[in-house]
Amino acid sequence: MKDDIITLGHGSGGGLTRRLINDIFDKNFKLPTLDDAVEIENRTVVTTDAHVIKPIFFPGGDIGKLSVTGTVNDVSMKGAVPKYLLITYIIEEGFKIDDLKTITESVQKAAEDANVKIIAGDTKVVERGKADGMYITTTGIGFLPEGVNLISKNIKNGDKIIVNGNIGDHTVAIINAREKLNLTPTPQSDCASLNGLVQLMLKSGNVKFLRDATRGGVATILNEVVEDTGLGIIINEEDVPINDAVNAICGLLGLDALYMANEGKLVSFVSGETSKLINEMKKHKYGKESKIIGEVTTEVKGVYLRTSIGGLRPLLMLESDPLPRIC
Amino acid sequence: MIDLSKYRDPKLIQRIVEDLQNWNKPIKIMEVCGSHTMAIGHWGIRKLLPKNISLISGPGCPVCVTPSSLIDELIKMKNITIATFGDVIRVPGKDETLEHARARGLDVRIVYSPLEALEMAKEKETIFVGIGFETTIPGIAQTILMAKQQKLHNFSVFPAFKLVPPALEALLSADDIKLDGFLLPGHVSVIIGSESYVLLPEKYNIGGVVTGFEPLDILTAIKIIIEQVKHNKPAIVNEYNRVVNIVGNKSAQKVIDTVLTTENALWRGIGWIHKSGLGIRDKFREFDASKKYNITLREEEGNTGCRCADVLKGIIIPPECPLFEKTCNPANPIGPCMVSSEGSCAAYYKYER
Repeated sequence: MKDDIITLGHGSGGGLTRRLINDIFDKNFKLPTLDDAVEIENRTVVTTDAHVIKPIFFPGGDIGKLSVTGTVNDVSMKGAVPKYLLITYIIEEGFKIDDLKTITESVQKAAEDANVKIIAGDTKVVERGKADGMYITTTGIGFLPEGVNLISKNIKNGDKIIVNGNIGDHTVAIINAREKLNLTPTPQSDCASLNGLVQLMLKSGNVKFLRDATRGGVATILNEVVEDTGLGIIINEEDVPINDAVNAICGLLGLDALYMANEGKLVSFVSGETSKLINEMKKHKYGKESKIIGEVTTEVKGVYLRTSIGGLRPLLMLESDPLPRIC
Repeated sequence: MIDLSKYRDPKLIQRIVEDLQNWNKPIKIMEVCGSHTMAIGHWGIRKLLPKNISLISGPGCPVCVTPSSLIDELIKMKNITIATFGDVIRVPGKDETLEHARARGLDVRIVYSPLEALEMAKEKETIFVGIGFETTIPGIAQTILMAKQQKLHNFSVFPAFKLVPPALEALLSADDIKLDGFLLPGHVSVIIGSESYVLLPEKYNIGGVVTGFEPLDILTAIKIIIEQVKHNKPAIVNEYNRVVNIVGNKSAQKVIDTVLTTENALWRGIGWIHKSGLGIRDKFREFDASKKYNITLREEEGNTGCRCADVLKGIIIPPECPLFEKTCNPANPIGPCMVSSEGSCAAYYKYER
């Protein structure tokens, strides 16, 4: 089969994206890490993230808010405290100035909420038809507190896996808005900066590793951890928090919430006592539905879901974006 | 709204699962419908069954059984919108998928309903890829009716529709068939009714259970088939009677009959099956993309060595096919059973190696 050009699948975060990174980017750059963020000098952590989303305004957020929270979260998952953002707009000719104002206000508000400062940026305008309204790139800078070192190699047999709330909300909000499905109540994106929650978690429990469950969803993160560590994972279907609307959409369209992108959800690997940590997380506004969904094990190789009837379903690494099925 | 939780009751499920452990002879049950395959995988049902009960996936994944030459023909189209259900875009043609062709510039759009394609036709010549079984066919037939009412001459459908009962008969007509019973499709049967399968026990001495997609539906159906085999009394049983009746949905059948007519159809990996598909009636020929653009489908080229037909008949399991893993894999499938995640070979490749 031909694979001589870029398809949308190369941007899915799945196997195709991985091959692109390994075969082209890493081959040339020899990157120090393939993580979303990297520690440079003096405990400084940097990351960069491009934001392309259709529609640019959606229930629960817009491209401006997303470009702040996404980058704040990438810095935060290293355990670092994000401080500064640099922002680049690529705007399509014909874009409404009023919309640009709204989005920029939204950027500023999200930055204030996350306690980060926008310190520099760039603007480019491209011809009509070239940028789907607008794209935003943000670069984040943060600082690692002493003693914090979250790497997947820390994860051990028996560690618990915790998520901070319902998964799939962002993707369903976007599908509903993009495809005009008119679901009521309107599903809201979970788009949120998780730096506050992360620092609270680091103080309250023995957190070994964190990832935000964006592209590819919770299942992709679990698969990456299994690949990195050689350990197995079993999660329990009954414990995975998913709201009814998301479940309904998944049933209708043949999609799986475990592979859906989130913009305000993290997956954490924690050892030892977890009840205090969960209690503290539940007090935070972005952790109210926090739950242990499963644990790391040597019983199985790979990632499995224990279904509510006791069966085991493998959760595989996807090659590309999941597609809605015919029937 | 039906409360589904009762079909997922862990205690009842446990009881049936324990009961099934008592059956110790080998038995092969085919789930005909791709959604059953997905449900069986989704709930992890295979792992609950004793090893002697094997579930094999039948020809009920519409995408899998569509000849790859359809993709090759669609890719040649110029200045036309190709509207399709999502899972078609990664079906490999000879050397390209629709997804790859879209990246080259072909106007391929994923729709959730054929009605969206009607809207597209108001702006530009549009072909809807008519893939599906009896479940999706009425909606597409209705869309053709609406196109005629709206005089939307920019719209056409490529009819690659398939019918379940003739495919089952074709499978059973082979002498070497090794199946003990069928899980019959739930959604398809809503349209065609449970009476559509009476020939299975009468002519082929094999039973089947029309069943739903919840774990208790599937396990109950397996239990019923085992009872039938035990007592050698094959029959058609409708376990899914909360939505399926004997005669089916008459108004959907009427729409199908108004617009479409039975034809021989080409099944990927199996070949031509007599009267197993639907074409567009002459009265609606202006909406028939196969006539409008003079598209004919060809069988897969040459003798590929693919043994999907034997997998579908239950004669071999996927690893016994000489192509399995070697030249045929999910990234580069040769037969229908490897094309979609619903197929037997793809399931084996992923879960059983």
